[in-house]
Amino acid sequence: MRAFAHLLDRLSLTASRNAKLTLIEDFLRGTADPDRGYALAALTGALSFDAAKPAFIRKAVEARMDAQLFAWSYDYVGDLAETVALVWPAKPGANREPELSEVVEALKATSRAQAQALIEGWLDALDADGRWALLKLMTGGLRVGVSSRLAKQACANLGGVPIGEIEEVWHAIEPPYGDLFAWLEGRSERPSPDAPGRFRPVMLAQAIDEAVDFEKLKPADYAAEWKWDGIRVQAVSERGERRLYTRTGDDISATFPDVLEALDFEGALDGELLVMRGGAIASFGDLQQRLNRKTVDARLMAVHPAGIRAYDLLLDGQEDLRGLPFAQRRRRLEAFVDRLPTTRIDLSPLQSFETWEGLAALRADPPEGDPAIAEGLMLKRWDSVYEPGRPKGPWFKWKRDPHLVDAVLMYAQRGHGKRSSFYSDYTFGVWRQDETGDRKLTPVGKAYFGFTDEELKLIDKFVRDNTVERFGPVRSVRADLDFGLVFEVAFEGLQRSTRHKSGVAMRFPRINRIRWDKPAREADELSTLERMLD
Amino acid sequence: MSYPAVIKPQDLLCPKPGGLYCPPGDFYIDPVRPVDRAVITHGHSDHARAGHDTVLATPQTLAIMAERYGEDFARQRQAVAYGETVTHNGVEVSLVPAGHVLGSAQAVVRWKGLTIVVSGDYKRRRDPTCARFEPVPCDVFVTEATFGLPVFRHPDDKGEIAALLKSVEQFPERAHIVGAYALGKAQRVIALLREAGWDRTIHVHGAMERLNRLYEAHGVDLGPLAPATVERGKTGDFAGSIIVAPPSALADRWSRRFPDPVDCFASGWMRVRARARQRGVELPLIISDHADWDELTDTLSELRPGEVWITHGREEALERWCELEGIPARALRLVGYDEEDGE
Repeated sequence: MRAFAHLLDRLSLTASRNAKLTLIEDFLRGTADPDRGYALAALTGALSFDAAKPAFIRKAVEARMDAQLFAWSYDYVGDLAETVALVWPAKPGANREPELSEVVEALKATSRAQAQALIEGWLDALDADGRWALLKLMTGGLRVGVSSRLAKQACANLGGVPIGEIEEVWHAIEPPYGDLFAWLEGRSERPSPDAPGRFRPVMLAQAIDEAVDFEKLKPADYAAEWKWDGIRVQAVSERGERRLYTRTGDDISATFPDVLEALDFEGALDGELLVMRGGAIASFGDLQQRLNRKTVDARLMAVHPAGIRAYDLLLDGQEDLRGLPFAQRRRRLEAFVDRLPTTRIDLSPLQSFETWEGLAALRADPPEGDPAIAEGLMLKRWDSVYEPGRPKGPWFKWKRDPHLVDAVLMYAQRGHGKRSSFYSDYTFGVWRQDETGDRKLTPVGKAYFGFTDEELKLIDKFVRDNTVERFGPVRSVRADLDFGLVFEVAFEGLQRSTRHKSGVAMRFPRINRIRWDKPAREADELSTLERMLD
Repeated sequence: MSYPAVIKPQDLLCPKPGGLYCPPGDFYIDPVRPVDRAVITHGHSDHARAGHDTVLATPQTLAIMAERYGEDFARQRQAVAYGETVTHNGVEVSLVPAGHVLGSAQAVVRWKGLTIVVSGDYKRRRDPTCARFEPVPCDVFVTEATFGLPVFRHPDDKGEIAALLKSVEQFPERAHIVGAYALGKAQRVIALLREAGWDRTIHVHGAMERLNRLYEAHGVDLGPLAPATVERGKTGDFAGSIIVAPPSALADRWSRRFPDPVDCFASGWMRVRARARQRGVELPLIISDHADWDELTDTLSELRPGEVWITHGREEALERWCELEGIPARALRLVGYDEEDGE
């Protein structure tokens, strides 16, 4: 338990992806089976305990210490699990510290009534870090900034194998993953991925470089289709198992029962998950209402019905199509979708074109309807096989040009790791007239990339030289009509938001240019942004 | 006809705006403004200020004050070694180790059979850079309460140093910068690293060099140290090294000379994750020169003084604990002592 607790502790304060990978990989290398397997399961969200409900913890701690002292402690720390972990009185002569595997196996086997005594016994035996880890484990959701993809990448690094191979076997293996580690350490064969309904690692596109790529590419070699603004999914229905996966292999079936019900076929589709009403797609904002929910109710499904716009076929019946060229897969896909008895799955149509100029014109001026809210175009070589990862050449994405606004820097926050001494996260605002007719800045977004290291130094100096107030790691920067730093901000789309004071929220905002030359009063108005709403 | 006067503790020591004052002896303990006669418990700047006429302290504390404020920090110095007693206007004063930093002392004040111990800042656990706390039976124990909440339980410092050394091993391409208060904490961290077997050169921020030399002059061996300076435009030299700097330097442009630094902070505040997160600390090291909750309460249980006075920190929780234990306690609410973010 101790090693796992230290891992969580460090991960929770580490921002850099590479540092997190190092921490996880070192842990997996230095920890024995089955503890490391259960730790991996915890990191990938594969553990849940019905017997352990955290509600009793507060009562248990108050039985051990003065309620007033506990209340002050909770007030100071702010987080219940952390407070309990810190204040739980040490019990001399308690049992030895449990291993992670003992905890997991005991919780799985126990009833709710017995779980309480077990957990209290463990809390007595563990130190503060161990108690914190135990409480995080019980309440589910470790929240240490590790995605399941990152944990799988650490496994891939451990074994020196491509992450696609881990993803491919992932849904066929179970915690504590003894067979996985045996393979990664070269002690046995790779576990068989042949579980029905498994995930197949996806093929991704490179962003096209207009200045370089087009002159080398022949229009006749490529198919073009719209790049839809939803999320990439893989819909699998195989020998009775139906699953919906994200492009990183996270199983989101439970969030989309309406889509799952429509998977009335034998095969695996690659496509875009979208909210669709009467065959027309809705904006990404509508889809967002459905994402990241553990459960979903009938009303939500009725208001935001989800469906799939299909663009590739990986498995047709029992036949694996991934080795066929795109042209053949596309013909099989068209026939496949045509046979489906549902309107929730439709086909992403191909766009015919003769020249790159002609295609550029289409991208710049898409027709009314669905294409008008597409993110841009996809180009796929007719002869491309379905190859996991992001190979250079066969597929390209050609996004629409971003929206641009000029906004004024309002707040800056210190970054992490290499950037920890730099003010590198910027909140910027645009002008809005208040009730009295005065022009005031209202924050509209936050960005922390898009500039070079040299530019970062200059902005950092500007922030330090023009600080008005400090709140912890955040500084507010002088920004008024007569003085301020203007950023040209690029973003992909804009939605209404009740969470932001300005009423709008940007997608993928980044700093496009720093306008040292532009007076703050000439930055954009909120009304300009409102006209860009999706 | 007269009754024998009953001496109340307030007759011997009482809080005044300038600090804790002794009327019969006419002196202050750790005054926050210039006074004629001051007894100083230890060298941290909120307890030891310049500008008093006469200062009574341990020789180490006097040396620290001279180093920080210059030789003219007071008109007259009176050095009192641990265990030595001086009498002033009939009031006996002796200094007993407090275990906080080099030279730190509890001021034991005796008058007409009444004993008050002003502990200053203190800790109970072992520290290779200073003498260990000695409990003195007393009628009134005056305690700090910097970490006076049950959430503050400092772990064994060996484990914290081990976590630092493990991180250095895991990230050999990065520099580890340990934020540590320049007086006491910095030298303790360095000494603990030496005890853990780290014998490589430790790089230190310029602001610490004089105090490091002072510690070494007082017999604390810090091993090979070097200034954390670089030639213009170079960074790579510090990969894999440990650098000790004042906490404020972590966020400062100063730290940019090091390759992808891991920010570490040696402080009792690091026990609470939100505090670490707030400061952007990647590796918190829970190493404190103040007593934690258990040390504070265990000390009171051990001494069982007739009364407890709490000078500064989180008084209400410690007061509550005393109430539950049936020990009369009151908060003095002295102002001018930092909660000291850097400790």
